[in-house]
Amino acid sequence: MSLTDLEAEASVPPASEEPDGRKIEGRSPWQLAWARLRKDKAAMISVVVIVLLIVMALLAPLIAKWVGYAPDFGDRKLGQTVDGLPVGPNGHHVLGTDRFGRDILVRSVYGARVSLLVGLVSTVLAVVLGVIIGASAGFYGGAIDTILARAMDVTLSFPYLLFALALAAGFGASVPLTIFVITFFSFASIGRIVRGQVLQIKEREFIEAARSLGAGSIRTMFIDVIPNLIAPVTVLGSMTIPTAIIFESTLSFLGAGTDPRTPTWGNMLSDATQSYTVAWWTLFVPAAFLLITTLAFNILGDAVRDALDPRSERLFAAQKANRKKKRK
Amino acid sequence: MLRFLIRRILFGILVLWIVTLGVFLLFFATSDDPAARFAGKSATPATLALVRHRLGLDDPLPVQYWHFLTRLLRGDLGYSFATQSPVTDMIKQALPASLSLILGAAVLWLAAGIVAGVISATRARTLLDRGITLAVLLGISMPAFIVGLTLSYVFAVKLQIFPQTQYVPIQNNPLQWFEHMVLPWITLALLQSAIYTRLTRGSLLDVLGEDYIRTARAKGLPERRVIYRHGLRSALTPVVTQAGVDIGVLIGGTLVTESVFGLQGIGQLTVQSLTIGDLPVIMGVVLIAAFFVVLGNLVVDVVYSFLDPRVRLS
Repeated sequence: MSLTDLEAEASVPPASEEPDGRKIEGRSPWQLAWARLRKDKAAMISVVVIVLLIVMALLAPLIAKWVGYAPDFGDRKLGQTVDGLPVGPNGHHVLGTDRFGRDILVRSVYGARVSLLVGLVSTVLAVVLGVIIGASAGFYGGAIDTILARAMDVTLSFPYLLFALALAAGFGASVPLTIFVITFFSFASIGRIVRGQVLQIKEREFIEAARSLGAGSIRTMFIDVIPNLIAPVTVLGSMTIPTAIIFESTLSFLGAGTDPRTPTWGNMLSDATQSYTVAWWTLFVPAAFLLITTLAFNILGDAVRDALDPRSERLFAAQKANRKKKRK
Repeated sequence: MLRFLIRRILFGILVLWIVTLGVFLLFFATSDDPAARFAGKSATPATLALVRHRLGLDDPLPVQYWHFLTRLLRGDLGYSFATQSPVTDMIKQALPASLSLILGAAVLWLAAGIVAGVISATRARTLLDRGITLAVLLGISMPAFIVGLTLSYVFAVKLQIFPQTQYVPIQNNPLQWFEHMVLPWITLALLQSAIYTRLTRGSLLDVLGEDYIRTARAKGLPERRVIYRHGLRSALTPVVTQAGVDIGVLIGGTLVTESVFGLQGIGQLTVQSLTIGDLPVIMGVVLIAAFFVVLGNLVVDVVYSFLDPRVRLS
C-alpha cells in the first residue's frame, strides 16, 4: 500500500453504512443502558408495579369512596365480631378489618401514600445532600475534605435506630421527623461513594484540559464533574428508596415513626402484633403491600445497576467464552 | 503488631468517649425535664426539687457528666431512674439473651450466606444463580419484624412446633433455651444471609478474575482446588470483615428481633429506657453497644492481618 493509497482512503468520508446495508447510528451510553433495561423483563414488570402503586396512592380517596369505608372509620356492625374481634375477608370488607373494625384494604391503600412519600422524598434529599457534600469533599480536598469525610464517618458509625428512638421520644413521632432521620442516615453512605468517584474523576485528563482552558472551579464541578456522577448516583438512589421504605416501617413498628393513628403499613403491622394470632389478615395484608413495593424497587435497582455498568456483563461474557473453550 | 494494637485500642477508647458525650448532650437537648417524668403527674414543686436532687439532676451539666465519667472508671454505671436498680446489673441480666441471639444467628447466616454465595458465583448466570439472586432480593426487601411475626404465626401459633416468646437462660434448661431461640435465630439469619450471599458472590467473582487464578488453572490444578483453595481463601476476607463489624453492631442493635420475640436483651432495654427517658440506663446500653462495635472492629483488624499479609507489612 503506497502513501497515495492511504491518502485516498483517508479522503473518503467515513462509511455510514455497514456492508450489508444497515445504518450505523451513534448511541449515547444512556440509550445503550435504556435498551438493556428494556430487555430486562423483571425490571419492566417492576416498573409497571411501581406505577400502579403510585396511581393507587394518588387515588386513595377515590378508592376509599368506591369501597365505601373511610380509613379511620371503625365499623362496629360489620367490621367486628360479637366479641369485638377483627373480621376476616368477606363481602363487605374485602381484605378484612383490624381490631378497631377499620377496613384493611382502605388503610393499606392510604398506607402506600406515606410509605412512597417518605421513601421518595428522603431518597431525593439524601441524594442531593450526599452529592453536594461528597462532591465538595472530593473536589476541594485539603481541610474541607478532612472535615466533611470525618463527619460522614461519624454519622455512619452512629447507632441510627437509637438516635431515631431518642428523637421520637423527645419531639413526638411525625412524618417530617421520619424523613429527617432517614435522610440524615442515608446521605453519608451516598456521600462517601460520591467522594471516592470524584477523587478518581478529578485526576482524569479532561479535567486538566478544562482547567488549562481557564475554567473556574464552579464551572469544572458542574459541567465536567457532576455529569459523570449521574450513573453511580442513579444506582445509589434506586437502592436507597426500598431501604428508606423499610426504615420508615421499622421506625413506625417501634413506635418512633409516624403518628400511631396515621394509616401506614408500619403502623398497621405494629398494630397487628396485638391481633395476628387470631387474625392473620391484619399481619399479612399490609406485609404483602410492603413486600411487593420494596421488592419491585429492589429488582428495578438491580436491573438499573446492571444496565448502567456493562463491566459485569463483560466479565460474564469472558467466563462463558472460557467455558466454551474448555468444552472444545 | 503491638504498637498497632495499642493504637487501635486508644482510638477505640476515644470513640467510646465521643459516643457517651454525644448521647449525654442529645438526651438533654431533646428532653425538657427528666425529673418531671419520674416524679409523677401531681408532684408539687417541692417533691419535684427533691426528685431532681436525688437523681443528681440539679447539678450543672458538666458536673453531671464528670460524675458519670468518674463513676464509670470504677465500673459503676449508676442507678436506673425508674427502678432504682444498678445499671450494671440490668445489663448483666440482658446480655446473655442478646449474645445467644447474635452468636447463634451468626453461625447460621455465615454458613448459609457463604454456601449460597459460592454456588451462585461458580454457576454465574445459570438458573440456580438467578434463583439465589431472587431469594437475596426477597431477603433484603423484608423488614425484620415481618419475617419474625410471620415465622411466629406459622411455627408458634399455627403449627405450634416452637414456643412463642421469652428467653430461657441456658444454664436453667439448655433444651428450652434452644427451643426458644430457634425462631429468633432464623429471623435474624434470614436477613443477614441475604447480604452475605451477595457479598460472597461478588467477592468470589472478583477474585476468580485475578491473574493468579489463571496461573493456578494454567498449571493444571483441578477446578475445585482452584476455587476452594485459591479463590475462596482470599474472597472470604471481606466477608470476615463484615461479620466482625456486624456481630459487634448487632449485640447492642437487634431492637426489632428482640422486641418481636420478647427477648429481654440489650435491644429491649434500649427501647424501654429511651421511651421513658431513663438516662443512666440509656448511657449504659449505649456504652455497652458502642463497646461491642469497637471490639468487633478491633478483632477484625487483628484477624485481617493474619488473613492478608499485605496489611501486616504496611
